[in-house]
Amino acid sequence: MSRLSERPDDAVVGLALPHESAALHVTGHALYTDDLVHRTPHVLHAHPVCSPHPHARVTRVDAAPALAVPGVVRVLTADDVPGVNDAGVKHDEPLFPDVVMFVGHAVCWVLGDTLEAARRGAAAVEVDYEPLPAIVSLAEAIDAEHFQGGRPVVARGDVQAGLAGAAHVFSGVTEMAGQEHFYLETHASLALVDEGGQVFVQSSTQHPSETQEIVAHVLGLDSHHVTVQCLRMGGGFGGKEMQPHGFAAVAALGAVLTGRPVRLRLSRTHDMTMTGKRHGFHAQWRVGFDDDGRLTALEATLTSDGGWSLDLSEPVLARALCHVDNAYWIPHVLLHGRVARTHKTSQTAFRGFGGPQGMLVVEDILGRCAPLLGIDAVDLRRRNFYVDGQATPYGQVVRHPERLVAAWEQVLASGDVVRRRAEVAAFNAAHPHRKRGLAVTPVKFGISFNFTAFNQAGALVHVYKDGSVLINHGGTEMGQGLHTKMLQVAATTLGVPLAKVRVAPTRTDKVPNTSATAASSSTDLNGGAVKDACEQVLARLREVDAGRGLAWEELVREAYFSRVQLWAAGFYRTEGIHWDSTRMSGHPFKYFAYGVAAAEVEVDGFTGAHRTRRVDVVHDVGDSLSPLVDLGQVEGGFVQGVGWLTMEDLRWDETDGPGRGRLTTQSASTYKLPSLGELPDEFNVALLERAHEDGAVYGSKAVGEPPLMLAFAVREALREAVAAFGPDGVSVELASPATPEAVFWAAERARAAVPGHLRGGVVEGLPGAVPDRPDPAAPALHPRSEQAAHAAGEA
Amino acid sequence: MPDPQVTVNGQPRPLAGTPTHTNVLDFLRGLGLTGAKEGCAEGECGACAVMIARPDGAGCRWTPVNACLVPALALDGQEVVTAEGLGTPERLHPVQAGLAAAGGSQCGYCTPGFACSMAAEYYRPGREAGPEGFDLHAIAGNLCRCTGYRPIRDAARALGGPASADPLAERQGSPAPAVVATRVDGFARPADLAEALALLAEHPDAVVVAGSTDWGVEANLRGRRASYVVAVDRLPELRGLSTGGPVEIGAALTLSEVEAALGDTVPLLADVWPLFASPLIRNGATIGGNLATASPIGDLAPALLALDATLVLASASGDREVALADFFTGYRETVLRAGELIRAVRVPTPLPTRTTFRKIAKRRYDDISSVAVAAALDVVDGTVVRARIGLGGVAATPLRARATEAALEGRPWTQETVEAASRVLAGEGTPIDDQRASAAYRSAMLGNALRAWWFEEWDEEQSR
Repeated sequence: MSRLSERPDDAVVGLALPHESAALHVTGHALYTDDLVHRTPHVLHAHPVCSPHPHARVTRVDAAPALAVPGVVRVLTADDVPGVNDAGVKHDEPLFPDVVMFVGHAVCWVLGDTLEAARRGAAAVEVDYEPLPAIVSLAEAIDAEHFQGGRPVVARGDVQAGLAGAAHVFSGVTEMAGQEHFYLETHASLALVDEGGQVFVQSSTQHPSETQEIVAHVLGLDSHHVTVQCLRMGGGFGGKEMQPHGFAAVAALGAVLTGRPVRLRLSRTHDMTMTGKRHGFHAQWRVGFDDDGRLTALEATLTSDGGWSLDLSEPVLARALCHVDNAYWIPHVLLHGRVARTHKTSQTAFRGFGGPQGMLVVEDILGRCAPLLGIDAVDLRRRNFYVDGQATPYGQVVRHPERLVAAWEQVLASGDVVRRRAEVAAFNAAHPHRKRGLAVTPVKFGISFNFTAFNQAGALVHVYKDGSVLINHGGTEMGQGLHTKMLQVAATTLGVPLAKVRVAPTRTDKVPNTSATAASSSTDLNGGAVKDACEQVLARLREVDAGRGLAWEELVREAYFSRVQLWAAGFYRTEGIHWDSTRMSGHPFKYFAYGVAAAEVEVDGFTGAHRTRRVDVVHDVGDSLSPLVDLGQVEGGFVQGVGWLTMEDLRWDETDGPGRGRLTTQSASTYKLPSLGELPDEFNVALLERAHEDGAVYGSKAVGEPPLMLAFAVREALREAVAAFGPDGVSVELASPATPEAVFWAAERARAAVPGHLRGGVVEGLPGAVPDRPDPAAPALHPRSEQAAHAAGEA
Repeated sequence: MPDPQVTVNGQPRPLAGTPTHTNVLDFLRGLGLTGAKEGCAEGECGACAVMIARPDGAGCRWTPVNACLVPALALDGQEVVTAEGLGTPERLHPVQAGLAAAGGSQCGYCTPGFACSMAAEYYRPGREAGPEGFDLHAIAGNLCRCTGYRPIRDAARALGGPASADPLAERQGSPAPAVVATRVDGFARPADLAEALALLAEHPDAVVVAGSTDWGVEANLRGRRASYVVAVDRLPELRGLSTGGPVEIGAALTLSEVEAALGDTVPLLADVWPLFASPLIRNGATIGGNLATASPIGDLAPALLALDATLVLASASGDREVALADFFTGYRETVLRAGELIRAVRVPTPLPTRTTFRKIAKRRYDDISSVAVAAALDVVDGTVVRARIGLGGVAATPLRARATEAALEGRPWTQETVEAASRVLAGEGTPIDDQRASAAYRSAMLGNALRAWWFEEWDEEQSR
């Protein structure tokens, strides 16, 4: 066991504690960035002037009418930028654009004494546009070959040989929509100029260091002139990893130019229309199976909808390609990746970071092909699991595949899956208009940033003379419980009660050069750094103690008077990982997080409405640092995943009408998140036991992202339920999200389907007959059996 | 007239000088009470929920509403409690303690709103302590993006009852604050109907608000501003309810008040309430406001159409009665004249014997319908003698499905009749494609509404 993962007997890690800010949360005393506005005098409020066009040249901006509006103080335009007019890390995101690239793109910002004044001022700004052709949908971009960034390829073996040797080859298309983060707190920044020209920005950001860098380069300052603080966020989910920088820069620019604090907080509609979302994906695939249903080869092209700029689209795509395998061994693989450039918001990080999209491809393939192979989908998934010694398509050996098997078997047992599937079959036989489905799906998710350099973290630990401890670390708190875990790590390492330790807000002047709080890795990274700092202090204290066993306070006091340094900066970097991004191979992940979910759903055949009756989850978090926090992450991630897959329905105006390119679901009334009613009637979540992870902080594993993908079980259960409306062996194509409407049309197709599955190695018939009603919402998704096509005499 | 003021967490706070468009949320946050949050500014997320003391019999009830929708001036004379007023980090309220211990907060942004919605249910008179005593619908209007709701649900179910000396429980024993008339620049709360009508005559462009659940959205999201606002939600003439003969419902009663007062008196309406928005909205929205806003989708209008309801419209020249079926004239247009108010809704009796309400939406609760179908039948000796069907979401206005009604009336109530009528119903209205649903789906849902009803209630096999 490594020293990092070794856990003392009386550890504070491992205790089930509420969130460290819970008492502040429930009383409304917890402060978020925009709450600070009410404690800051003379604040100016910023309001954007947004483009009504998806793509247009800005030919004239006249701010004079805005300045005539009472209370308007200043209009910020490109001419005001002293540094670089760019809000991105790829230098493709002008902060004040001369060509607008999506509906909602901010041309300039108005500052007012009140938000009302700023809003009226923004309405008064005159902008002339010369509209340009716009590419709005992913399909249009693919047709026009309108791509951006690199075209990565993951390859192993000889995919053509693998397909040629397969007993059954199917091809098809899988499409999936994006997802709006809908953190309850919209983007917010509050900037002021401090003493000596120092710029202080409070921002709702997952990546304070990068916010600092962007603010500095927009202002033409060095990084040491800019401090960024994040008290906490009202949710982030990846949406505040790259997207806050420009807003922080606008606030900072306004503060520098006016000398007054500037607050920029997006309304929900602005947040939804201006900021990036989860990437929608299009995947075209050919897959081969042997006679036993084992995957032999997969060839696929994944195209993501990147929106107007690159942002994080390339690493998102890389993670998608690295997760197409999910839990399954595929000997021959050839995966192409492309990022489409569309005139929409710049799609960005979202919990899972491409992993969910990649994994959905293979789960969709297995769900659709199982009936064609005549193999139960539960069996088909299980028989394709990785076994010890096998490696992923990008070359990383899959460690601990037996843990996935353990989780799988535990879910089958605790969820009583075999008996309940028989019950489901009986129910379906008795109910012509309501059908149930029960599915089991696995998750294998790689932990670490693919980009090796990001796998480092820092911490600053102060022990004061009275024995109290203050920790700073580079991670941000967005509700995921990182601060709670860091308190537990510090208390455990120092061997002091939890009450002795306090965590201070994340600030770039305390810990520099931090990585984003992202990739589920923040506990691994910052926990390692906090532990390192604590151990440095502890080592000095041990010398002072010299075996006397002094009480903590006494020891600290004595150390101070002995002139021993009572604080330390800690550092951590993940060992043993490497990644070659040009060859798309290496060992990018420290380890894999595993999980298994079984879900039972019921579908109303009249409407397509569905509800989740029961969910059983076993998830691997290593030895949990904080079980209540981890449970919350598993449950919350699951429900968020269910939202993505079954309900959350981003719609863009793709017509040629005047609203082209507009997001039509731009508010809470048109974009629906899961509410209490979507909570499964019965929801059993267990953490995998005896799951110590060697080489990770106190034997724990990351938990932020992987549980989101447990929600595949609900989607696959819906597929099973829909199939029950049709003849035996029907292969069901399900749009994503599987909204009631999408499920209804899938059920209509199933009802109209001709039965057909493999008997004796021959494909009989084609599944998925065309529905008898037009279905504008559903893409054409029919999987195509090449054997069947051949038998039918097609080319 | 004294200067307007509102009592917040026990402290009087002046309202004078507050702009008409400033909502309660921004007003509270301006006081430094930043617990209530803006999540959506349209009453969909509940992060801004606060409790208001509302009349309830001889006493009052802590009633949660969305602070983002209500003009601050509308709270003149009233009492508000926010999450900060429930407890402090050192002395948590039982609801807060339960939420915190259960892991019911992650990012914490939605949490103060949940605490207020839960506290209101906690104080509901007659609520039993224990798992089944807490009505989970109470938190249907609060969104959480982090937890997945399980710990919040469990915290709610674990709640006991208020302690004997709980001040907020005790407060419910005495009457709600008396309604005060308000008259400031741009905003008036008239004392009675006559004054209201006079004000409307004086200010023909005035915006009439009750719960402000619609106007608040216009003001917040679309930046609409009113030259003058007249609040009618406390007018005594608009708050009556009688069930002796025809059911007459005062237009300014909130949907929650109507729900409580009617109970199961009108079964069709009892089916509508749980599916109609959220409690936070139903506590503010009034029945008159819901009809006057003339949304083509509204859930109540189809039900009232099926019940053959009429509206009593009041103006300076007296009352007139208009059939609801004749009330809507176009998209968001009605026969209401300038200076005219809906005074009451009348539902004729006897009530139809068989009714159903079918709502199709992306989400089960607190969503806007893609399609709403309300059907009311009188079946005598196996024959449909009278059929009324109201539709929402399939035309520019709520609509009577007259062709379908004709296809039912005089026919035996059999599966064959249902099938034939369903084919007619599928062709009613002029549904469109939008972000909620395709036109094809809407038509399909019309077609399936009666089939599903038949199957659920009359099919032998299914009723096992």
